[in-house]
Amino acid sequence: MNADHSPVHGHADHHHADHGGSGHGTMRDYVIGFLLSVVLTAIPFWLVMARPFPAGVTAALIVAFAIVQMVVHMVYFLHMNGKSEGGWTMTALVFTLILVVIMLTGSLWVMYHLNANMMPMPHDMSQMP
Amino acid sequence: MQNQAMTAAGPVSFYDLDEHAHPEGHSTMLGFWIYLMSDCLIFAILFACYAVLGGNLAAGPGPKDLFDLPLVAVNTAMLLFSSITYGFAMLAMQRGAKSAVLGWLAVTGLFGAVFLGIELYEFHHLIHIGATPQRSAFLSAFFTLVGTHGLHVTFGTIWLVTLMVQVSRHGLIAANQRRLMCLSLFWHFLDVIWIGVFTFVYLMGMLR
Repeated sequence: MNADHSPVHGHADHHHADHGGSGHGTMRDYVIGFLLSVVLTAIPFWLVMARPFPAGVTAALIVAFAIVQMVVHMVYFLHMNGKSEGGWTMTALVFTLILVVIMLTGSLWVMYHLNANMMPMPHDMSQMP
Repeated sequence: MQNQAMTAAGPVSFYDLDEHAHPEGHSTMLGFWIYLMSDCLIFAILFACYAVLGGNLAAGPGPKDLFDLPLVAVNTAMLLFSSITYGFAMLAMQRGAKSAVLGWLAVTGLFGAVFLGIELYEFHHLIHIGATPQRSAFLSAFFTLVGTHGLHVTFGTIWLVTLMVQVSRHGLIAANQRRLMCLSLFWHFLDVIWIGVFTFVYLMGMLR
């Protein structure tokens, strides 16, 4: 994979190898990632602007597209895989994602219940049971 | 004191006190990745704030009154284009083509600057019509989240210009290649965050 690397890489070469076989990524990687991203961006924008589905379905769909596009970016632009830096980047990513999920679901869960248990306000009656 | 015990086979080391070789920059990429993960936590907190506060309009304007989806789509396109042009810069770096690297970096910086210009225009417009961060919890959370992302892009652009000067002066030396790779991670990471922003803030906002 390093055959096309120029000698100026010097000692930094092994970092590039750290990406585990894919190097910095190839032209093919970037083009595939870009085309996928364009499609995965255009569809959610279209779904919201044209509104072919009810709001709930649209919301679920655009979240699904966002998650897929994030994975596409991670793989094709950030060159994530389980082997880079001896697996430590993946470990850090997984740990971060666990924290993010705990933080997001925890915040939303707690704050939703807090809102639901608030003293009823005139403009807030719709949330009351 | 030596951490050694004598056995029949001779001294046994329980842990290693010797200096190892630490070539310059050998852990930079991992360290920078961990920085990005901490940055990711910052954005996660801001997203959580927005998710919690986004519905508190204080009888003020809501997302539907304020957001201009075509403008957001153009902004998204700018950031996406800048991502692939940065990719081309990295490919040029692998070939050792200095002038191509500088050219693609300039194009990337231009897209970044257009993105920032559009975002500043949007913010200026919002503030002009009275939708300031002080107006409601929704707008405070909105300006904090989107503004923090914009600030990251600003610093990324400054970093990019700095690296263009470095590369043009010193060429594609190992240190500059390492810096370019760090900025590559940073730049693509910001694009990943923007996916969250346009999905959860702008698109979801129009659905509410």
